[in-house]
Formats: sequence, structure tokens, C-alpha cells
Amino acid sequence: MGKTASNVTKENLPQVQTPRNAGLPLDMDLVRSLAANTSAIERRAASLPGRRSVKKVHQAAWLARAITMIDLTTLSGDDTDGRVRRLCAKARQPVRADLLNTLGLSHLTVGAVCVYHDMIEPALRALEGTNIPVAAVSTGFPAGLSPFKLRVAEIRESVAAGAQEIDIVISRRHVLTGNWQALYDEMRSFREACGDAHVKAILATGELGTLRNVARASWVCMMAGADFIKTSTGKEPVNATLPVSLVMLRAIRGYHDLTGFRVGYKPAGGISKAKDAMTYLTLVKDELGKRWLQNDMFRFGASSLLGDIERQLEHYVSGHYSAGYRHAIG
Amino acid sequence: MSAAIIRPVTGTRLGENMNVSDAFDTMDYGPAPEDARVAQDWLRARKVFGHYIGGKFTKPGSTFASKNPATGKLLAKISQAGTRDVNAAVKAARLAQKDWAKDAKARARVLYALARLVQKHARLFAVLETLDNGKPIRESRDIDIPLVARHFYYHAGMAQLMDDELPGHTALGVCGQIIPWNFPLLMLAWKVAPAFAMGNTVVLKPAEYTSLTALLFADLSHEAGVPPGVLNIVTGDGKTGSLIVDHKDVDKIAFTGSTEVGRIIRRATAGTGKSLTLELGGKSPYIVFDDADLDSAIEGLVDAIWFNQGQVCCAGSRLLLHESIATDFTRRLKARMDKLRVGDPLDKCIDVGAVVDPKQLKDISQKVAASGGDVYRADCEMPSKGCYYPPTLITGLSTADPLMQDEVFGPVLVSTTFRTPAEAVELANNTRYGLAATVWTENVNLALDIAPKLAAGVVWVNATNLFDAAAGFGGVRESGFGREGGWEGLRAYTRRVEKCTKLTPVKPVPAPKAALVEDMDRTAKLFVGGKQARPDGGYSKAIWSPAGKLLGQVGLANRKDVRNAVEAMNAVKSWARTTGHLRAQILYYLGENLAARADEFAGRLNAMQGKRTGAKEVDAAIDRLFTWAAWADKFDGRAKGVPIRGVAFAMPEPVGKIIAFAPDDAPLLGLISVIGPAVAMGNRVTVVASDPYPLAATDFYQVLETSDVPGGVVNILTGSHQDLAAPVAGHMDVDAVWSFSSRALSHTIETEAAGNLKRTWVNHGVQTGDWFDARAEAFLDAATEAKTIWIPYGE
Repeated sequence: MGKTASNVTKENLPQVQTPRNAGLPLDMDLVRSLAANTSAIERRAASLPGRRSVKKVHQAAWLARAITMIDLTTLSGDDTDGRVRRLCAKARQPVRADLLNTLGLSHLTVGAVCVYHDMIEPALRALEGTNIPVAAVSTGFPAGLSPFKLRVAEIRESVAAGAQEIDIVISRRHVLTGNWQALYDEMRSFREACGDAHVKAILATGELGTLRNVARASWVCMMAGADFIKTSTGKEPVNATLPVSLVMLRAIRGYHDLTGFRVGYKPAGGISKAKDAMTYLTLVKDELGKRWLQNDMFRFGASSLLGDIERQLEHYVSGHYSAGYRHAIG
Repeated sequence: MSAAIIRPVTGTRLGENMNVSDAFDTMDYGPAPEDARVAQDWLRARKVFGHYIGGKFTKPGSTFASKNPATGKLLAKISQAGTRDVNAAVKAARLAQKDWAKDAKARARVLYALARLVQKHARLFAVLETLDNGKPIRESRDIDIPLVARHFYYHAGMAQLMDDELPGHTALGVCGQIIPWNFPLLMLAWKVAPAFAMGNTVVLKPAEYTSLTALLFADLSHEAGVPPGVLNIVTGDGKTGSLIVDHKDVDKIAFTGSTEVGRIIRRATAGTGKSLTLELGGKSPYIVFDDADLDSAIEGLVDAIWFNQGQVCCAGSRLLLHESIATDFTRRLKARMDKLRVGDPLDKCIDVGAVVDPKQLKDISQKVAASGGDVYRADCEMPSKGCYYPPTLITGLSTADPLMQDEVFGPVLVSTTFRTPAEAVELANNTRYGLAATVWTENVNLALDIAPKLAAGVVWVNATNLFDAAAGFGGVRESGFGREGGWEGLRAYTRRVEKCTKLTPVKPVPAPKAALVEDMDRTAKLFVGGKQARPDGGYSKAIWSPAGKLLGQVGLANRKDVRNAVEAMNAVKSWARTTGHLRAQILYYLGENLAARADEFAGRLNAMQGKRTGAKEVDAAIDRLFTWAAWADKFDGRAKGVPIRGVAFAMPEPVGKIIAFAPDDAPLLGLISVIGPAVAMGNRVTVVASDPYPLAATDFYQVLETSDVPGGVVNILTGSHQDLAAPVAGHMDVDAVWSFSSRALSHTIETEAAGNLKRTWVNHGVQTGDWFDARAEAFLDAATEAKTIWIPYGE
């Protein structure tokens, strides 16, 4: 877990805890040899919730941990300074203070706040005095089809504006046409443009067609230096799923075995229940191990998940089921 | 992470000794126990169990303890059934059977109610199963009990359809069923549901370690409207089992358990006319090719060999790895093993529970200790008490090592490597067993090429341990015979109503006082491997016509001739993979060539038997060849409606090498009736000709020689049925023995067949139907073995 820190400095950003992924030359032999057996992966994913159960004190602790992993997100055309300020206030105080005090976790915050470029500045202001990083979606999010030069420039602008994490979208067409070199080069450029900011590569798995493509895209992005691989923009018809997550986590494990670099994972979109979050955490714990259960290695891209976790935590504290309106909206 | 965490100042509401903040740091799973109170209350209210006979529990007799293997604590006392109990149970079953068999649709309703009952009490059954057996609650809750309900639903449907879809079929009667301890309630369902559906009544003995869910099932069964006497549960050890096996009024024995006990039961029932199905042990191969999704294949192993602590007859316990991936795969596998959680089976977060009994634990430990390989034990936390064995991988064993050959029935995986697909098949089939096999490859060509070549009743492609009521399950070789599930599973519990007549031995025509020898000597030989062969022993016997005319001499085959015939059949292994179309062509050609010599054959038949029915018999024989030519490309498999995205194919495969004793009467038609189905279905066959009238068979080899039948596919021996029965049935490389002889061979054949548990089809001195009827259903069943190939798909 992170160390206590009062100021945001480069030293206490996630990269101090594990060497940052330096990438690899594109290894096409490896990429071509990847297999992902869909039905077997689906069976594993389907049976996982039945195989793992976390109860009582552990469940409360895991849910609290899940909060620290949330990239609290607003990515709407109607975002305003005021909307972003409210979200950031929620990021600072994600759960009612009395509940957190009882749990002994009074200074719990979310992992990051995730916004569009123009909202970086109000977000930074609203998060002043905390060490909650601001993440910006970039590179022509969500479709990633704006001119390449502009996409790279967008990253540089966002980093200059103070975003410490950049969520880029890959060109899905490179995956769908098997142009792995183009995907690799693109990702390399994005990573380079990020500088010290961490880069999360959004694969938009719902648009890649097959799990095998998900595995290949995961590997190519990691070889090209992605710090995180992320499932979705939240705008695709299908977002994070357990089978997709299993494929991406196995890619991360394989990459770690090969290089020693730990790459982070961020499922995004569609995770709205505390129980789902628990399932994801068990999947990560079983496939990758405990080191990935820290928020420099794992994030949830979610907007409504927090509300359900709050209710569950109140249930844990009070012994009674809670109501949504008892918790502040973000 | 960047959030500041303040240590807690208060404990939690439940006063647990760990607080949220500590758990937040460790991110451990913590205990997640299933509440066992309802099951324990049920046990406490009873404490000592009698048997369930005629719809009531009997007073407990002499009892033994049933313990929880996870804790060693007493769960209940169970009665040991003796002769009187078993007699009472069989009598109750017999009394109830006739009425029970009358109304199939009424039975459908009872089976449906049983399915609902299991669902309504699902958690109670699951918890009780886990308490009694030690399997993780996850498995009993998510796998065993749902499959039990599914089995009753499916067979409710079979009862509903019986009158329409199985006309002319009837129940076998009273079924004695003996089940193992690894899937106690599931095995009960596999036995009881099809038996009930077809109108049988049952006397079932659960394993002595795990009788409790069967007793709960009995206790609840009246709620489903099961009439008294239809379900009888007697508890006890192997002694009770043998009382059931030996009982004269039991019509059928169904046994699931060890190969060793299966062999004993085969011998015990030999010659009694009891029908028998055996589902026995295995050492199932788990083959991983270099193009497979290795992580998924590793996860599959968790479900193959660490499912139910490896105490699974079809466990993928022999890992065969493509050499190029073996090192990487083994490294990853060990890492996966280290993450398995072993412990309290009632914990909902446990992967591997307790081994069923201290005796079993000791047995596993001894087998592993005796191994010469590199033993890797999962680096996972082990409970300090209870019957637990760590997930274990043994590498570096030679194929001769006992652990590569013998079933461990524990969480122990052995592995070796192969270089080519052909070598993978060779290693996979290098076993006395043949229950299941698993193949991992992303290459559909490879998967579909390998699956039919594996000696196994069930093949899973890119998956393992998939089960469903619609898909047949059962083995080949020493893994037993008979199928459970699907239409093929019903064959074990129903039979066609046919006319049966008692057979009297047909005596050869004795030598006349004054011999009439007029034709030129024609020497009938044996026909082995497509060639005429002199009998090894050098003995012959004369065949006389009733008019005293010498018709010829035939050789007296001995065990070495049997051996030679088997070797000849071995030499045409490829026959099994010829097309149905080609086999049809050959059978038609046989018919054509026989027709060309019809008069000669008719004359021979008349001369041998002193009758005038020869022409009619030859005509029927030609017709029979045409019938089997017709069937050769029409005995289709089925695609089963299993509840996965994928298909489960039931493929009829040839049984292999069959030796048949031809009927003594109908010397030509009987011979053809046996050769036809065997050849049509892709078997190789050796027929021992009619004992008194062998010359039609020896004449027939000339027809075989001129009809493109590859050498070794059909072999003909002549000689004494009585003398040949034992060496034929005892031969370890024969897959099936059929006998239609009028001699009393059944006891000998069924006894000797126990050696390699070959399939037997004998007549017990009774002629079923008559030879002018093809009896296609019966012959198709006997000539084929259903292999279920599961192919989940999706990209």
C-alpha cells in the first residue's frame, strides 16, 4: 500500500513502487503464438464467483480497498466545473466520515479522478491538498480517429495541464487488420508523449471481436510500454467482462514472467455492484497475486460502483441494509 | 496508492479478533464457512439409521460409524445390512415392480417431483454431502446437486417418452445398484433415475463412508410420491454388496467403483443371466499440444485432478505434454498449484477439501512415497488436522512406473512428454483403462483427428469433467461397460420384449456304421488373416450327413489358433477407420457372391442337417448381408442437447475385436447374422463355426476370399465350442465375446471375461427371437460402443 504523504510529488506516485514498464521490441513470434480459448475462459470466469467467497470483516476490508482503486470518472459532454468539483469532493471523502471512522479507515480516498482534458484544471484545483491524481482521457477518446499528430499533441497538452495519468485509446483498426507493427508504433509514441505521466492503454475490447485479439493487443501494448492496460472507454456496447479480464490478466502475468515488469490493469464500464468488484479482486488475487491488489497496479473505471459499496459498508457497520439516499452523491 | 490510512481506534461490530484495517492490509480471504445447522439438526434428530425398505425405515441393526473426514467427528451411526435385510429389500422391490412398470407417464410425474424435491432441498443435500464426504461445498452446491436434479428432470422426460419412443421395450425388473463414495448422491441419481424411468425398482447400497445423502433422499422420496418398495436403500460394506450381487431374485446389477471389485462382480454374476453394467476406474490422459491455450489448459487441470481431491474415476490424472512446451507448462502449473486453497470443505472459498477417509489418505501417501519421480507438492497452507493431502505433481516417471499405470484416486498428477500427435495417442492408449480423455489444442483438425483415436468412452476437447444427463458416460477396456446418461444409458435398464426359447445342445451327426465316402477329398481348413490355415494342433473331425455320407473333415482349433486369429485381427486395425460406404460395398459384394453359389450352399445345408430348408436359409443369408450392407453407413451418432455452447457427439465406434460362437442351428444364416453387423460397424471378427454343422462356414471362406474382404477382418475357426470358450474369453486382447452356441458356455465366458473385462453377449441357454429376424437393434448395440466427444466452441 501507498505510504502516507501530504504532498503530491513524483516520488510518491505509483512508479516508485515498482520499476516502470520499459517495454520490449515487438516480438511477432510471441504475438502470433498467443491462444485464448474462449469457451474455457468463459467457464473459468463463470465458476469464479462460486469458488471464492469473502465474508464479514474481510469483505468490508476488501470493499474499502476497492474504493482506493476507483478512478472516479465523469466523461460527459455536459461536464462543468461545478460537476467536476462535486466529483472531486466525493473523491476526497468517498464514504461518510462516521462509517470510515468506525472502520478505522478515516482517510480513505479513491484512486484517481478521471476527466476529459478541459476538466483537468478544475479537477486539480478541487483536489488540491490531496494526493489524488488526475487522470485524463486522451488521443481522441473514445474513437481515437482524430489525426495522429493531434492525438499525440493532446497527450502533451494534458500532461502539461497537470494530468498525472493519461488514458489513451488504441486504434482498433490496427488490431482488426492485424497491423501489429502500427499498433506498437502508435503505443510507443503515446507512451513517449506521456513522459513521466503514467499511460493506460484502452483496448476497447468490446470492439476487438475475439479474445485472441484481446490477448494480442494486450501484449503489443505492453511491449510498447503501457503502464496499465484497460478494457474499455465505457462507450462501447460491451465493456469490462470477466472473460476479457481473465485474458488481459493472463497477458499481464505472462509479460511479468518474461520481463519482470508489472503492468497494471483497469477494467472499466459496467462494474456497478460491490459484488462485481469483489469478483474482480478475487480474479486479480488468484491470477496475479496480492501485489496487484494495490492501486498502483489495479483500478476500477467506474462511476456508480462507489454508491453500492457505500451501502454495503454501512450494512457491515450497522448490521442493517442501507439506502442510497443515506450517502452523498458524487 | 496515495491515500493516507489511519490505524483504527475501534474494533468492528462483531468483535472479531481481526479488524477491518488489518484485513485491509493483508487482503486475505478469511474464513467463509457455510452454515451447517440445518443438516446437523437433521442428523441429530435421527442419530442412528436403519435401512429404507418398502417405504419405511427399519429399526437399526448392528451399526458402524459414519464420520466427517474433515474433522473425524461422528455424524451418525449406520446399520450394516445382512441377509435378512437384503432379502426384505429385494422382496419389497419385486412386489412393487409390476405396478410400477405399468404407467410410464405416472413415473414421469414422480421423477419430475424428485427433481423438484432435490432442488427444493438443494442446500441441505449439499451441506450433508460435504459433511459426509469432505468435498468442498462449492462442488456439492454447484456441481453435484444441480447435476442430480438435472438427471431426474432428464429421465422424467425419458419416462414420458418411453411408450412412444421405445415401443416393445420393458423394464428389466429389480435392479441391485452399488455406488461409490466419491459422488454419493450424484451416483444415486445416475442409477436410480434411468431405472425408475424404465419401470424398474431398485435396491441400492451407498458406500459405507457416505450413506447419508441416500438416506436423506429416501426420507424425502415419499414426498415425491415414490410408491413403497420402488426405492430401497440398504447400507453396509462390501459384504452387503455381495449379498445384493448374489441374490437370486435380482435381475440386474449396476456397479460403480473400483476395477478390482468390478472384476469380482463380473465373476460372481457369470452365467446367472443377470444383466450387468460396470463403471470402473481410470487413469485418464490429459493431452496438451503446443498450440493450446496453456493457461486455460492449466486451469482445466484444476478441474481435472484437483476436483473432488482427485477422487474421480475419470480424473485427468496422466498429463501428456508436447515436449516443446513442457518446461514452461510445468513451471506455470506449479505456480497455479501454489494458489490452490486446501482446507475445511464447508468453507466457501476452498478449492480442495478432505480425502474421504484416513484409510484413503494412507493409501495415497503410500503410493506417492513409493514413486520414483520428482514429487512437487503445492506450496499452499495445509490444515493441521483432518484427512488432507496436498495437490501433487510428479514428473520424470517412466511409462512403466506404477503411478503411470495405476489409479491413485487422490490429488496426484503424473506427467510425461510426447513429440508427435501419433506418440500422444500411443502414450494415451498405453493403459488398461479407457474411461475418459482430455485434449487441448486450438487446431480443430488435430482435435477431431485425435478424439476418435483415443481409447476412452468420453473425450473432452479443450475442457474436462463436463457431465450432463443427455450425454453418455462410461468406459472401454477395464474401465467397464455400459453407459449412463442419454438414450444409450437406457439400454442398461430396459430390454426389447422378444420370444425366448430354451436351447438344447445340437448334437453332431454321429459316424455311421458303414461310411459312404464318394466325393474327392476336400480339406476344410481354418480361415485366418485371409488365408486358409491348418489347425495348430493337427487334429480334425469328420462331418457326416444323417444319411451316413462323409461330407468332409474340419480342423479342431485350439488356443494357439485363437491367438493367431487375434493377431490377424490386430494386423487390420485400420478396418475400424474405413468408411461405411466401403464396408457396405463389401457386404453387398459378399451377398452377390453368395447368391452366385446359392444352390451349392443350399445343398450343403441340406446334406449336413438332413433337411430341405437349405434354399430358404441361403436366401435369408443373402438378405441378411444386404441388411447389414444397408446399415453400414446408417448407424448415425447423435448430437446431444447438452447445456453448454458446444456439442457433445455420441459417436458409435466399433467395439474392436470380437470373437463369436456361431449358433449351432442355422449354420449359414447364423454365421452371416454375426459377421454382418460386426463387419458393418467396423469391427474385426473371428467366428467359431457351428459346432455340429461347420462346413457352411468353411465353404463361406471361399466367398470371403473373392469379395474384397481384407485379410484378418473376418476369420473362421472350427472346433469344439466347449473347448474354445475359456481360451477365447480369457484372451486379454479381445474386446468382446458373443455366444449363440447351444452349448452351455455362458458361465465360462462371463467368468473368463473378467480378466480384461471384455464385453460379453451370451445367451444363457436361451434363443432370443429366431435367426430369420435380423435383430438389428440388439446387434447394433453389441457391435458398437458409444463414445461421447464434448466440443465446446466459441471464439
